[in-house]
Amino acid sequence: MNSTFTDKAPWKDKYPPLVIVSGLVLGIVAAILVKLGNPGNMGFCLACFERDIAGALGLHQAKAVQYLRPEILGIVLGAAIASLAGGEFMPRSGSAPVVKFLLGIFMMIGALVFLGCPTRMVLRLGGGDGNALLGLAGFTTGIVAGVLFLQKGATLGRSYKEAYSLSFWILPILAGVAAVLMLVKSNVFNATLEGKGPGSMHAPVVVSLASGVLVGLLAQRSRLCFAGGLRDMILFRSGHLLVGLVGVFLGVLVTNLVLGQFNAGFDGQSVAHKDYLWNFLSMVLVGLCAILLGGCPFRQLILASQGNGDSFFAVFGMIAGGAIAHNFHLAATPKGVSAAGMIAVGIGLVVCVIVGLTARET
Amino acid sequence: MTVKVDARGLSCPLPVIKTKQALDNLTEGELVVLLDEDVARENVTRLANSLGYMVEVLADAGKFTLNIRKGQKA
Repeated sequence: MNSTFTDKAPWKDKYPPLVIVSGLVLGIVAAILVKLGNPGNMGFCLACFERDIAGALGLHQAKAVQYLRPEILGIVLGAAIASLAGGEFMPRSGSAPVVKFLLGIFMMIGALVFLGCPTRMVLRLGGGDGNALLGLAGFTTGIVAGVLFLQKGATLGRSYKEAYSLSFWILPILAGVAAVLMLVKSNVFNATLEGKGPGSMHAPVVVSLASGVLVGLLAQRSRLCFAGGLRDMILFRSGHLLVGLVGVFLGVLVTNLVLGQFNAGFDGQSVAHKDYLWNFLSMVLVGLCAILLGGCPFRQLILASQGNGDSFFAVFGMIAGGAIAHNFHLAATPKGVSAAGMIAVGIGLVVCVIVGLTARET
Repeated sequence: MTVKVDARGLSCPLPVIKTKQALDNLTEGELVVLLDEDVARENVTRLANSLGYMVEVLADAGKFTLNIRKGQKA
């Protein structure tokens, strides 16, 4: 047994260099990926990319968004490698996985009504997209509501270490096999790569994959989380994770300016709409889901990659949510939000309130 | 007097919330927090340190016992 003492927070605990560096790298790499072919302000988007993967697997038929995004595969591999190296690669589950699957579905629906996960929300801000300000306000509101539920005792319960080690190899093996297939032939599975939809717009596979690995490595070590950054500031006045978000914003902003990709305003933004109310409400839903799940879509993918079976369910809930959103026309388009999308966000908010009020440790 | 918080297996940020609530109610003595994840150990230690508490971390095969108290190292 090892025993160590700590009695004060050093400066690097308050402003952790690794979190800042992770954020900066994510922001810089995201802007470069856009330059190399990804859709605007979409160097990384966990929601959009997992939705594209759902399409590539044939789970929905929206031809514009079907591509097995190598960035996601890379993040899984990077996070798995980092957690192995750090001794944190461990299968664990048991914290209401079915509820996490459901919350994953609604987190995806919210993100696809806004047109971006919290990561893309920050990337959109750094590209000058003013509509993302409404998303940020909504996301923060959802986090505040989620924190209130947690403070009143909401919990999805405990996870436990699993005995069977195959549990933590499944996702990295799937990602590894898919990555090899992508490197051999980029339109594997159901990828159409046709037309002018976001699914046809992508950086070279090897660059996307390597970018994902780099970001996955850094984010696993730094615990970068877009919901956690705001949550910890609200709960404990701790900026430990928030500096990561600031890093992402600054990294993408400066790189966009250098590459001539910065476009300030509300009009003519890439893969975005101007429905202020639903930009706000959809991200309230994403914020609430993220707090109840214990992390944003990005963090859920990292946790799933290091063996967390409950986060695995949240990620696959998001992939299912991507399929549902496009099969039932819930996802927004640059023209706006469908009535079905609005109803789905409303249902999601009701579900979150029910979970927040009823999820208690027995 | 020793107060114990068992936060093993709870997802982020519940270990920190439970520790904070216990520290707010701790008038004297020591708080013992049981954890089983590195991230939770880091977060709870950071919280306690930021509130001016002293933290002793006992690590054993992926499980952590944090002894949190005011004042100087024993």
